[in-house]
Amino acid sequence: MTSYFSERGPIRRLFIANRGEIAVRIIRAARELGIETVLGISSADRESLSAKLADAVVELGPPAAAKSYLNIDAVLTAIEASGADAVHPGYGFLSENADFAHAVRRMGRIFVGPDPETIELMGNKAVARECAVRAGVPTVPGTPGVVSDVEVALTSAATIGFPVMLKAAAGGGGKGIRVARSLDELSTLFVEAQREALAAFGNGGIYLEKFIGRARHIEIQILGDGQDVIHLYDRECSLQRRRQKILEEAPAPSLSAEVRERLCAAAVALARSVSYSSAGTIEFLYDDDTGEFFFIEMNTRIQVEHPTTEMVTGIDLVREMLCIAGGARLRFKQDEIRLHGVAIECRLNAEDPERGFLPSPGTVNGLRLPAGPGVRVDSMLYDGYKVSPFYDSLLAKVIVWDESRSRAISRMKRALGEIELGGIKSTLPLHLRLLGDEAVQSANYHTNFLEAWLAAGAG
Amino acid sequence: MSEHNVLTPLPGTFYRSPSPGAPAFVKEGDVVTVETVIGVVELMKQFTEVLAGVAGTLSAFVVDDGDAVDSDQPVATVAAP
Repeated sequence: MTSYFSERGPIRRLFIANRGEIAVRIIRAARELGIETVLGISSADRESLSAKLADAVVELGPPAAAKSYLNIDAVLTAIEASGADAVHPGYGFLSENADFAHAVRRMGRIFVGPDPETIELMGNKAVARECAVRAGVPTVPGTPGVVSDVEVALTSAATIGFPVMLKAAAGGGGKGIRVARSLDELSTLFVEAQREALAAFGNGGIYLEKFIGRARHIEIQILGDGQDVIHLYDRECSLQRRRQKILEEAPAPSLSAEVRERLCAAAVALARSVSYSSAGTIEFLYDDDTGEFFFIEMNTRIQVEHPTTEMVTGIDLVREMLCIAGGARLRFKQDEIRLHGVAIECRLNAEDPERGFLPSPGTVNGLRLPAGPGVRVDSMLYDGYKVSPFYDSLLAKVIVWDESRSRAISRMKRALGEIELGGIKSTLPLHLRLLGDEAVQSANYHTNFLEAWLAAGAG
Repeated sequence: MSEHNVLTPLPGTFYRSPSPGAPAFVKEGDVVTVETVIGVVELMKQFTEVLAGVAGTLSAFVVDDGDAVDSDQPVATVAAP
């Protein structure tokens, strides 16, 4: 493992290479540690809340992400200009770009995240599968790596059994996935999937996994310091639309203590096997009929839904990332991590559920966000804020904590009921309807539940 | 023959091909039908197809690949009887 510097000290000035609510989140954690903050912005984000909160801003380029937040040269130039000694990449954008992490280190700055080698390893989803196998972590039956051509795909699929999922090795986050239900479908879809993957991710490699029809998405949060790894238990993220999570909770309501322990142990084993440093999440599919679970991927960054874990463990994950990046060892032993209560997060998006989730940019007015005991809102909204058309549609994460799941649901309904959000359409009504649904209240759902529920007009 | 404007259904960024580096959906002079996809509009990372809306020949694009567009903005013209 290459090391570009022998010693690290606590970070003095942090460059935030992201935007929106996560940029605000990182600025808050940095400020609490006495770290100066410099934010990279596109010209569309000059009036953003994160730009107002940061100690300084550096403009990266025009609004288009490809010319600003994803423009490595522009970001590196901005980091140089900022005098920052560390960079936090947030989630999305360059957070899992190993080239970017390498480049930051070559500049002699700290990258707040794992080693570039680990990012590269886990970033290739087919290779990550192999790491899991080697660490003794159960994986979905599938190909040992990328499938070289359609003939191999057909032979592999016959062994795996239909339906088969085609997954882009350079994909992740629910992107670049197709399902083939027969040899014929597989022939067509394989070629399409390769082409799409090449266009979308710059890498046409496809691997195959058995399609697990009814499963729950369970993920384990881990923290490592390069020598030790601890877990911070689980989250369930089964409520997804088009493979994007919309409601998450911690802990996962469907796990027995025994399965929880095995999942957490598997996650730690995998992270240990790569000497993981920083925050990371290991994602699994869990079949609650058979009690089996299968590794699907590891995300080597902070996740959108991290606040749920923070609320039930009392640990500030972004703070811990900054401390670890500054050279500290883990500040907690595994037995100091305790679960207390239940947290639920609703992601509010600028989309109109009445019109097929049509994106709804616009200017926010009459804003009222909820507060009170056990209510947390991670958002970049303010009254008069212009929701930009250039980036994703996340407006706010509303997170609640309470003693039990039923109380947390009541509290979330209370909190969502306080929200006023004029000037744009949002998915707020969808969340209220979901929380009123008996299946959601009894946690009787799985990863295909939401789309079926929406299609049935229940939403 | 008259020139018909093709309007974008949404605001966002207009692209002439399905992904960066891929061939354009159509070029000037191509014959189009009502349902021919002539471009996509990206809005908040979602892509919506822009259909020709009328049968004829695509005369010209009036915006460039990657231009920002508003709802109901003309992006191309189709020569149709």
